[in-house]
Amino acid sequence: MTRDEALFEFLLRMGDNTLILGHRVSEWCGHSPVLEEDIALANTALDMIGQTQLWLGLAGEVEGKGRSADDLAFRRDAWDFRNVLLCELPNGDFGQTLMRQFLYDAWSLGMLDRLKTSSEARVAEIAEKALKEVTYHLERSGDTVIGLGDGTEESHTRMQKALDYLWPYVGEMFEKDKVDEVMIAAGIAPDPADLRPRYDETVSRVFAEATLTIPDGSYVHKGGRTGRMHTEHLGHLLTSMQWLQRAYPGAAW
Amino acid sequence: MYAQMIKSEASNEDPAKLEAFQARIDAGEKIEPRDWMPEGYRKTLIRQIGQHAHSEVVGQLPEGNWITRAPTLERKAILLAKVQDEAGHGLYLYSAAETLGVSRDELIELLHEGKMKYSSIFNYPTLNWADIGAVGWLVDGAAIVNQVALQRTSYGPYSRAMVRICKEESFHARQGYDAIRAMAFGTPAQKRQAQDALDRLWFPALMMFGPSDAESVHSEQSMAWKIKVKSNDELRQQFVDQTIPQIEYLGLDLPDPGITWNEDRGHYDFSEPDWSEFFNVIKGNGPCNVDRMADRKAAWDDGAWVRDGLLAHARKKQAANLAAE
Ligand SMILES: [Fe+2]
Ligand SMILES: [Fe+2]
Ligand SMILES: [Fe+2]
Repeated sequence: MTRDEALFEFLLRMGDNTLILGHRVSEWCGHSPVLEEDIALANTALDMIGQTQLWLGLAGEVEGKGRSADDLAFRRDAWDFRNVLLCELPNGDFGQTLMRQFLYDAWSLGMLDRLKTSSEARVAEIAEKALKEVTYHLERSGDTVIGLGDGTEESHTRMQKALDYLWPYVGEMFEKDKVDEVMIAAGIAPDPADLRPRYDETVSRVFAEATLTIPDGSYVHKGGRTGRMHTEHLGHLLTSMQWLQRAYPGAAW
Repeated sequence: MYAQMIKSEASNEDPAKLEAFQARIDAGEKIEPRDWMPEGYRKTLIRQIGQHAHSEVVGQLPEGNWITRAPTLERKAILLAKVQDEAGHGLYLYSAAETLGVSRDELIELLHEGKMKYSSIFNYPTLNWADIGAVGWLVDGAAIVNQVALQRTSYGPYSRAMVRICKEESFHARQGYDAIRAMAFGTPAQKRQAQDALDRLWFPALMMFGPSDAESVHSEQSMAWKIKVKSNDELRQQFVDQTIPQIEYLGLDLPDPGITWNEDRGHYDFSEPDWSEFFNVIKGNGPCNVDRMADRKAAWDDGAWVRDGLLAHARKKQAANLAAE
């Protein structure tokens, strides 16, 4: 695997995470519990779609086959997507959506913070910009997890259930494979495992305040970031997301 | 408009006070929340601002219908930003209404009980992607015509909300026009979608201004109080005049065979919308009324545990802070 082949894969992983999770969050539009949350969720989705344009734009450039960010987003089938499974899981209730966001934001913040000093200037530049947005997202998702975890009995139960469901998907974000090895060697991206201590510290602090308990068991669901095996959910998401581009090939929008 | 068929209340207050109030309005002064105002003025404004706020909120639904199917990342981002703005407009407007002594939650309850309305336009479906362009271009376009006039409305908080909102609405209208332009100049299939959107949304857009003033019983008092600044017909004509050249530029067929330039009037003539359809939509029989309200109520009811949870946490924190002092 050449440096650029690995970099392309790495950029797909970054861009597919933000694309798929941003898409999921955008499904809430007009349906959240309170107007302020409609605004916040739209804003989060918007930031993530903006980050997608940068990551996938650069992926296309690195690949050098003339594919644009839109080509990558709208013209690949499920097995070519490289997002972690966590991002494609359904929204569930508002608590599950915010728990998923928190678990992702906490990883994303640590990752971007390291990418800021990437040896690849174009990566560092995107990370710098995204970091500002994600810092705010994490503050918000963390506060909401705390508020709902330590809210009423019902909100606590729902948040614990969300955490129990989502926790087995967390480990995938810290997995390492060939792509990562090339990225580490080139000084482009950190060893995913190195992000874990800071992550554990953040989530433990928030869950303590939220009176939530990380479930026992160390099983990790994975297969998204390598593309080996996505969930059944991804295909449905792509069906609506890619519909216009597929139905009217060659049209400019 | 976003506020249609607003019933204005007569006032039975001290004539001297009423007269002084009217004099302030006639002098172009703004009325502020702490100023004395006739009960009728207050109630009419609550209805109008509340209906406007509800329209912004319900208006998220027809556009949200296409967020997950937007054809490019750029269009998706533009639509997300627009819907976020609309929710923000809802927020400023509820705040403006709150200065009149009614809470946001009370207004939302009235909406859900069917005692308050939102603009008829949001009871029409968005059926193809060109509808999203057409909504920005025609619906936000019509809203701007009305809201630019309302910047001069007599109630200070409402007038200031309009100034802020109009800037964003103009941006939405331009982006909507740009989206439909891409389709009108695109493939034959895209052009067909653009034409379909225009044909379906044209008359509903004209209905946004409300029925003709001749039939509008509530206009007079609202005009005197400068809650309403221009007549429905004047605003509708202005909208038609500004929009027809844009349709021609797009190369689309005019959506109404009655559209002709009238040299004598210096305006376009056009056919009246079917007002029986309008009254049906207002009564709840529009194509989407039931679904829109069911969506909003479900969002509110399903979200109750979230609002309760966050409130309970805030109270615990407050109690802990007090105990620590
Ligand atoms: Fe924004
Ligand atoms: Fe608006
Ligand atoms: Fe708008």
